[in-house]
Amino acid sequence: MGKIVAATGNEAVAEALRQINPDVCAAYPITPQTDMMQRFASFVSDGKVDTEIMLVESEHSAMSACIGASAGGGRVATATSGPGLALMWEMLYVASGMRLPIVMPVVNRSLSAPLNIHGDHSDAMGARDSGWIQLWSENAQEAYDNTIQAFRIGEHMDIRLPVMVCLDGFIISHSIERMEYLDDNVVKAFVREYKSLNPLLDVENPKSIGPLILPDLYHEYKRAQHEVMTKVKDVVLDVAEDFKKISGRSYGLFETYRLDDAEIAVVILNSAAGTAKDIVDEFREKGIKAGLLKPRLFRPFPYEEVAHALKNLKAVCIMDRADSFGGYGPLFMEVSSALYPLNDRPIMINKIYGLGGRDFMPQHAEIVLDELVEIVKTGKFKTIKEYIGVRE
Amino acid sequence: METTPLRLKELSKKEVLLTAGHRMCSGCGAPIIVKMVLLASEYPVVACSSTGCLEVSSCISLLTAWKIPWIHSAFENAAATIAGTETMYRALKKQGRIDKEIKFITFCGDGGTYDIGFQSLSGAMERGHDMLYICYDNGAYMNTGIQRSSATPYGADTTTCPAGSVVPGKLQKRKDLTKIMAAHNIPYVAQASPSHWLDLMKKVRKAIEIKGPKFMNIIAPCNRGWRSMTNDAILLSRLAVETCYWPLYEVEHGITKITVTPKEKKPVIDFLKLQGRFKHLFAPENEWMLKKIQEDIDKDWELLLKAAVTEKEEEK
Repeated sequence: MGKIVAATGNEAVAEALRQINPDVCAAYPITPQTDMMQRFASFVSDGKVDTEIMLVESEHSAMSACIGASAGGGRVATATSGPGLALMWEMLYVASGMRLPIVMPVVNRSLSAPLNIHGDHSDAMGARDSGWIQLWSENAQEAYDNTIQAFRIGEHMDIRLPVMVCLDGFIISHSIERMEYLDDNVVKAFVREYKSLNPLLDVENPKSIGPLILPDLYHEYKRAQHEVMTKVKDVVLDVAEDFKKISGRSYGLFETYRLDDAEIAVVILNSAAGTAKDIVDEFREKGIKAGLLKPRLFRPFPYEEVAHALKNLKAVCIMDRADSFGGYGPLFMEVSSALYPLNDRPIMINKIYGLGGRDFMPQHAEIVLDELVEIVKTGKFKTIKEYIGVRE
Repeated sequence: METTPLRLKELSKKEVLLTAGHRMCSGCGAPIIVKMVLLASEYPVVACSSTGCLEVSSCISLLTAWKIPWIHSAFENAAATIAGTETMYRALKKQGRIDKEIKFITFCGDGGTYDIGFQSLSGAMERGHDMLYICYDNGAYMNTGIQRSSATPYGADTTTCPAGSVVPGKLQKRKDLTKIMAAHNIPYVAQASPSHWLDLMKKVRKAIEIKGPKFMNIIAPCNRGWRSMTNDAILLSRLAVETCYWPLYEVEHGITKITVTPKEKKPVIDFLKLQGRFKHLFAPENEWMLKKIQEDIDKDWELLLKAAVTEKEEEK
């Protein structure tokens, strides 16, 4: 049986990494990830893991070292936040292009300028096209569970891709909550022995990794990356099913909350979904058919499944904790793309909230749901994209 | 382990681990260096290159010239990349999942070493990875078309510091990276030249046997960028040594030793005059630059002589 604990998000993910016991972990400190890697470094110092830890001089080198280590032929993890992820940008594409199953918790943080250390989703959204699988987590329990499942997904022989596990900076990384840890041997059995594929350290069978590929073959190489992404959904669901057997907790491509008969709904990622669910309950008590959809797998994005889940709504607000300045929020772009092929689709609006750690309060969810009620009543909306929770 | 003597007769029997058919320019110094280094090693080697001439010319699409495991990840991070592989090696060895003795070597140009890859290099050296970082220094970004780097010598004409009517080429002295690496207090740092193959290979052998981070800076003539004859790579690297433009020395555990002292120190113009990149320096109005180059070399050579232990001192 597992163990009920009070833990922060960082603590929980560090614990997952201890149980998984990766061969190499390269990391660089950055708020709010720092305390996760400090905890992991203690596990190394106290001999609780076999991991060789590399305390490198930048996130760029952290990802570069992870690439060299993973190509070597073993299990690799790192973790970062905000500007650290931004500094890794070039290497993110190299990791996925080389099909290296590196797992990286991303403690979501805003990007400068102005400098801000608090949580929003600008970092991971900026990396959405990098060829990494992205799993998003509402709370410490989900961050812990997703971290464990990430190794199985990324290392699957049909996939071999790097995986980001996103959790909200401070709101989740530094808040204590009640959660369950699985037993060490259960986690160990679940993640299985690492299987290498074309390891660089096999000196008997030398391979060249990272060639120059010009227009004659590059296009095919990239299509292969697209094709492998189409297989990820099934693997995510298979792994979730196995995970349910050891944990009793169910995971899908996304979570739906009171959505089946809903007329209005919000689509919202990570910690703010918890707040929004409370308000959905309040609206239900008032007799209003409100619901919620919380994406878990953002890359690859499950377009058909999301469209199917939202198709009967009359109005939906897609909420982004990141902006694409001059464009719609990144989550809105995906959900509206998912719904576009339907002949009959809900009215869609986009709210930008919570940037740089601005609190997402229950009343923000209330304002949004009230607006959706009004849209359903009148059949009209005032504007597609709008910032909420702004001090005027 | 039986060691192949560093004699041409014996070395010629060893397999060359960088095959012919790669696409480096004829007369390039870099592949000569790679072959010498790999011939010197008696261990299996895993190699890494930063983006650059050697990298783009040795592994293209489905073809590779490397008969050893080799990885390239980007321009600025060869040291961090191979450090990652070396760390994985230690992790797997500790767990008994690998038992071979493997050595880790990078082959990077000066741009990827002195400039964009410097942080990555410095970090890897400080962390003490068991690796040999080799820089083949041709003194500019040759792969992208001869742009100046911090390894470009004073006065040189490059495409981004062209010798014009107002600016006579590069106005800054080159970064002394070998000294900077020695200042990292790593166990072994050396400068070498393909003209002195025995000296080069001895240094590689020594470096490989020493545990920890090692750095070697090897001059690599580039006839495209130096505007020299394609068959002059060895001649030019020899003149670089004989003029003391590129002294051959090593710093082993903090002790500096000159490994080849020129019998007669030749004037630097003997090295410069064979290269089109210095042609403008021979115009009468730029004579002061030639003078400055010679003065700088004389001064640096004197400083090196002072820093180095003599053979007599060593005997004590």
